[in-house]
Amino acid sequence: MKEFGYERVFDVPAAVALLDADPDARCLGGGTNLVDLMKTGVERPARLVDVRELPLGEIELTPDGGLRIGATVTNSDLAAHPDVRRRYPMLAQAVLAGASGQLRNMATVGGNLLQRTRCGYFTDLAKPCNKRTPGSGCPAIEGEHHNAAILGASAHCVAVHPSDMGVALAALDAVVAYETADGPGELALAEFYVPVGETPHVETALPPGALITAVILPPAPVAALSRYRKVRERASYAFAIGSVAAALDVRDGAVHEVRLAFGAVASRPWRAREAERVLTGGPATAEAFAAAADAELAAAETLPHNGYKVTLMRNLVVAVLTELAEEAAR
Amino acid sequence: MAPSTSSVITLNINGEKYTLPVDHRTTLLDALRERLDLPGTKKGCDQGQCGACTVLLDGRRAVSCLQLAVAAEGREITTIEGVADADGLHPVQQAFLDLDGYQCGYCTPGQICSALAVIEEHAAGWPSAVTADVRPEAGVPPLTADEIRERMSGNLCRCGAYVSIVKAVARAAGTEAVA
Repeated sequence: MKEFGYERVFDVPAAVALLDADPDARCLGGGTNLVDLMKTGVERPARLVDVRELPLGEIELTPDGGLRIGATVTNSDLAAHPDVRRRYPMLAQAVLAGASGQLRNMATVGGNLLQRTRCGYFTDLAKPCNKRTPGSGCPAIEGEHHNAAILGASAHCVAVHPSDMGVALAALDAVVAYETADGPGELALAEFYVPVGETPHVETALPPGALITAVILPPAPVAALSRYRKVRERASYAFAIGSVAAALDVRDGAVHEVRLAFGAVASRPWRAREAERVLTGGPATAEAFAAAADAELAAAETLPHNGYKVTLMRNLVVAVLTELAEEAAR
Repeated sequence: MAPSTSSVITLNINGEKYTLPVDHRTTLLDALRERLDLPGTKKGCDQGQCGACTVLLDGRRAVSCLQLAVAAEGREITTIEGVADADGLHPVQQAFLDLDGYQCGYCTPGQICSALAVIEEHAAGWPSAVTADVRPEAGVPPLTADEIRERMSGNLCRCGAYVSIVKAVARAAGTEAVA
């Protein structure tokens, strides 16, 4: 591990000033991903700004009926919060599907958004990786890629985003609030994560030196009936090979409103807008769910060892939406 | 100016204060084992994947291998050396002992610290990934074997003593409801 400075901050202006003054500074939340990557040398910050004691640890109702989740709220507290569980059950389920009890106690919401891919080439300093060392190449395309992206990837990177929480946030139209030395800003989650293109090392649209302060959930009555389902290679405590966050409002047998997002298929949480478009106003049947999944997955581009994900995601969409439709009929 | 890369810190461990200089790179796990003569906390993977190094931070379980010691200053740290009263064992320790919740014992301190927290998290009404209905109106899910397995999944046991570990956690939780 490279040596680094450490500063603990207690207010947002102090944190922003430190981040602004040192481009090699990084925020330390729970450290569950950052410290691990520092041990292997993938991350080499000159200074850590410990944000855990910032006054950003609350979950508050917003005047319009949404939720404002402070950036240092731990994953555990997020998943245990009554309003999250009641209004956005898919978000509580997504958080609980990730990591272990120990890691969820440590990890923060802001850090979860900024976690890095678990692609084996990214974490192996002996291998090229365009995300870690721009221009060095992507050995995953010819090599080990059974968990690589099928949507929105490029010839430069096929890594997938590891977050479960982010998939639910994508479906919920979450907004990321941040603070910089020049003032506050907000990014819708759809704009927060940027497409891979030729710059896989650029993952978010956060300005340099920005501190994430909160995630804002707009009111979403549809999410009262919602679910997160994750497929992984063992029963618990593993990253997804495919996941779905879904919310469904069925009225008189027709889809009044639907939210759908996919995990472990792209470099970012993948909002399935084409599937939503196909479903909205149509029948809430397994055939319609399959047709919608097919519409979204028509854009899939597979590699020799990850083609199974197309079938997996199709089946997952049908299963989760069918469960929600049955629940709605009860 | 290059920042200082070390600090003198005071850690509050099992109710006692320890002051020591640390390189900022020092994890809490290494500080406990190598600097403070508290080797009960074990080093397994050192990557946050096995749970052998589980301790309690402000009463909540955490992996000490990914916790920087400098960032643990000001927090109440409880290690396996501090879970029991002055004499005797904690009921979770006794249950592991009575029901053979281990073979080689290396993962056991982490299992026990984790189990202590699992019982408290469950009592506080926290759902888990196998909880069918996470809505608060659904109430606290019973601590079934499935719930225990999921909640304890951050602690690996290479001997495979899981069957007995589940029984020990259930007994300590007072459920005995092992399917």
